[in-house]
Amino acid sequence: MKLYAKTAHELHDMLVAKEISAAELTESVLAQQAATEEKVGAYITTLADEAMAQAKAVDEKIAAGEKIGFLAGIPGAIKDNICTKGIKTTCASKMLENFVAPYDATVMTKLAAENPVVVGKTNMDEFAMGGSTENSAMKITHNPRNLDCVPGGSSGGSAAAVAAGSAIWALGSDTGGSIRQPASFCGVVGLKPTYGRVSRYGLVAFASSLDQIGPLTRDVTDAANIMNVISGHDMMDSTSSPAEVPDFTKALTGDVKGLKIGLPKEYFGAGIAPEVASSVKAAIEQLTKLGAEVTEISLPHTEYAVSTYYLIAPAEAATNLARYDGVSFGARVEGADIVEMMTNTRTQKFGPEVKRRIMIGNYALSAGYYDAYYLKALKVRTLIQRDFTEAFKSVDVIACPTAPTPAYKIGSMVSDPLAMYMMDISTVPLNLAGLPGISLPCGVAADGLPIGLQLMGKPLDEMTVLRAAYAYEQTQDYHKTLVPEGGAE
Amino acid sequence: MKVTEKDVNTVAVLSRLSFSPEEMTEYAEKFSAIIDYMDILQKADTADVPPTAHALPMQNVLREDVVRPSIDRELALLNAPEKEDGYFKVPKVLEE
Amino acid sequence: MKYEAVIGLEIHSELKTNTKIFCGCATSFGAEQNTHVCPVCLGLPGVLPVVNRRVVEFAIKAGLAMNCEINHFSKFDRKNYYYPDLPKNFQTSQFDLPICEHGYVDIDTVNGPKRIRITRIHMEEDAGKLVHSGSTIKDSDSSNVDYNRTGVPLIEIVSEPDMSSPEEARAYMEKVKSILEYVDVSNCRMEQGNLRADLNVSVRPVGETKLGTRTEMKNINSFKAVEDSLAYEIQRQIEVVEDGGTIRQETRTWDPNKGITLSMRSKEEAQDYRYMPEPDLVPIVTTDEEIEEYRKKLPELPDARRARLVEMGLTAYDAGVITASRAMAEYFDAVVEGGADAKLAANWIMGDLSKNLNAEGKTITESPVEAGRLAKMIALISKGTISSKIAKTVFAEMWNCPDEPEKIVEAKGLVQITDTGAIEAIVDEVIANNEKAVADYKGGNKKAIGALVGQVMKASKGKANPGMVNQLLAKKLG
Repeated sequence: MKLYAKTAHELHDMLVAKEISAAELTESVLAQQAATEEKVGAYITTLADEAMAQAKAVDEKIAAGEKIGFLAGIPGAIKDNICTKGIKTTCASKMLENFVAPYDATVMTKLAAENPVVVGKTNMDEFAMGGSTENSAMKITHNPRNLDCVPGGSSGGSAAAVAAGSAIWALGSDTGGSIRQPASFCGVVGLKPTYGRVSRYGLVAFASSLDQIGPLTRDVTDAANIMNVISGHDMMDSTSSPAEVPDFTKALTGDVKGLKIGLPKEYFGAGIAPEVASSVKAAIEQLTKLGAEVTEISLPHTEYAVSTYYLIAPAEAATNLARYDGVSFGARVEGADIVEMMTNTRTQKFGPEVKRRIMIGNYALSAGYYDAYYLKALKVRTLIQRDFTEAFKSVDVIACPTAPTPAYKIGSMVSDPLAMYMMDISTVPLNLAGLPGISLPCGVAADGLPIGLQLMGKPLDEMTVLRAAYAYEQTQDYHKTLVPEGGAE
Repeated sequence: MKVTEKDVNTVAVLSRLSFSPEEMTEYAEKFSAIIDYMDILQKADTADVPPTAHALPMQNVLREDVVRPSIDRELALLNAPEKEDGYFKVPKVLEE
Repeated sequence: MKYEAVIGLEIHSELKTNTKIFCGCATSFGAEQNTHVCPVCLGLPGVLPVVNRRVVEFAIKAGLAMNCEINHFSKFDRKNYYYPDLPKNFQTSQFDLPICEHGYVDIDTVNGPKRIRITRIHMEEDAGKLVHSGSTIKDSDSSNVDYNRTGVPLIEIVSEPDMSSPEEARAYMEKVKSILEYVDVSNCRMEQGNLRADLNVSVRPVGETKLGTRTEMKNINSFKAVEDSLAYEIQRQIEVVEDGGTIRQETRTWDPNKGITLSMRSKEEAQDYRYMPEPDLVPIVTTDEEIEEYRKKLPELPDARRARLVEMGLTAYDAGVITASRAMAEYFDAVVEGGADAKLAANWIMGDLSKNLNAEGKTITESPVEAGRLAKMIALISKGTISSKIAKTVFAEMWNCPDEPEKIVEAKGLVQITDTGAIEAIVDEVIANNEKAVADYKGGNKKAIGALVGQVMKASKGKANPGMVNQLLAKKLG
């Protein structure tokens, strides 16, 4: 198997055993990046020279007999809404087309301690608003499993890069499913940690009370290892959890005997493609064979989740994105006075979906509508959280499809924003409740597109989520089917 | 709830966005559909339910009052669309 | 018809912390533009605020000193509006759950003491500063923005509309300033904008209970401007109403040079701040025990201190002047502790000391005459070693050199003459040389003695004990 097709933990072992060099590995990934990028379009910025320099530095460390971190020398990609000092952070928006952050996000600082190789910054829906990466102002990203289809979103570039072999691992962000859904569409593993587990400092805010950074990887083992690197309290983020960080790899036991899995009946209703439902049920069957106990549960306020999410997230976004006004950073479109300049800048430099959400958000927050929409949504959010609290009294983990369908054709949904919003039904409740969740491949649809299984856990209990995911992953090999050499055919 | 073009206009001003008359009409329509969908929430019984603004219950996260270095002015002005004498320069400001 | 004014103040006070409210940048005044900034206060993409502990402490202290209840659960909110001095285009402030509520301060008015209720005190961040290219904002084609002040912590103290005259508004603001200085949470340098007020005012016929339409004047940063702008605006409103007009609810600017308020261009858009809970900050929870700890640590406040000074024999007026500033009150206490008579100490502090300080633009903490030396000098007066008149010379000397008053008195030979024989000799000489005055006195013009006393004092170079001079003259002139 080519080096670019392997997992990070396999490659780490090979580096430690000096079977390969970081430079050789990085060359392999960069070659695959060069070969696939034109068709896949996963990256906004590629960093070949910087990556080679980082790789050589790691080889020197290895040669000097130094101990290296898990990610040392392993090429990865960073979603372009995570601030990287000295490297452009665009959020796939014309607004930040030339924005260079003067500081590193906390996750970048934590990663830097590991000496990873960063091969680029990945495409996404503009400001992470979308589920197909079609809202990028930079380019369209194609699903490496089927180039006619979307990779999902908003972390579509990160998922596509990992699936195409142009990165071994990637970081994404998840506000309403933006890690899990593209992971599902591209057939990779995507973990959204508990809100507060990973610092948001340096993650360009979409919806502050929902955003969370997490890994996209080839398998569950890599996800656990990256969680060990990026988790932990941060003084720069008031909402980051002070809870102790466990060694997530300790969850990788394969043992799920007695684990109680809940199947929420509301997540298997109308709108779920039959092949998705059958694949997910088959996966759960596998887990019962390993000794897990399955019960049906109810999360009765699920029907409100999409509305709640699409009021809270745009309201937060409307204020978070008010700062893009052409005054002190980012794009500016001139105007006769300050109001005209701000208005011209925002009107011309934000894309349609971003503008739509700012409008929804300001509508929901405006005088006369606040109580009926925004405040109501905050109250329903409490009900949705209570659903989970109640459910987790009797189960350890909740299983359901990540997305109602496999990846769809590029351009097929763009004209109907509401229909796209409703596709988020099984991912947004988790963000509203702040819980951890993972998506991992559990099947392939008739047209060869992957299907994702979502497992959700209690607050700060990524361990149980990883334990269940790993145990299931050992029973199949969907995660080993990578795109053929040279990209998708 | 029916969203009128007047509503759209008010919210556009609050958002510092402008739309052509055609866009305005289209917006009002799509907006209405989305807001209609949101109205499902009115069904939920939230009497005595407190609002949740934070995903996890936390309190009193405070920092000590100790000075940390500021960044160089050059770096502060790095992304400025226009600058002058160490200031960010902006067009004519009408009074608040 | 007679009218009365209804006035409420929103006072913004910058807190004297080392760092800004949400980041570690220094707050010091007067730095070069855009040098006290970081990604957080610049509002760059991706940054997050973290609350400065001292800001919460200071806000609670101020609240307790103004008799507020401290909310056990308090949170931050975003107040959304666009202005280039506000990098995020929202101000992180507090909306429905401020840190302090329901307080009051007492002021003196011509009609006696009056209680002004405080609605709330909340924490928020200051905005940056705009520098205009033209002479005024209106004739500038562009402006420059300095974000050094962005994120400097503020408390906003909102009063009920309990004041009914410009004098009361001024007294209230002076009282608030005084309290803030006492609890040591703000430098209160008004010329630097540490303390500034938004004034809300309306008028109504006396006896009417409904409030009239109010106007607002923002960012008033001197006591004189508070008084003058309100006086003008009240008169203007009365005239409008009397002429059958209606008051428009609006913000007006105060032009201190012309002494008038002016309507600002009215905005097309109605202000809608769209307050929402700040998702990047978590609530502030304060327990009863913590509040009691703060209460115990409060210093003696102006009202209590003033009462104590009155007990020491000062007039209410003098006690009020001295206790208005904590620094002056502390100086006073130190002078008294140094052995000086309280009334004399008050006279000297409010007299020569204040005059000299004002002339040199110094604060009392910068006084070249320390409390200890002033105390010793006053003791010399009380002992009769020097006269009050000579003391003025001694004080002037002390102002310019660090010598002890005893040394100055000795070196300059300023000891008061209390020897009857010595004074008598001078008195005799003066009587002999001033026939006209003596004749006037004897002829019934008792005031003529003043001229003779003056002559004796002059002849003794001011050292003769004035009481003894008076006595001797009266005796000798029969």
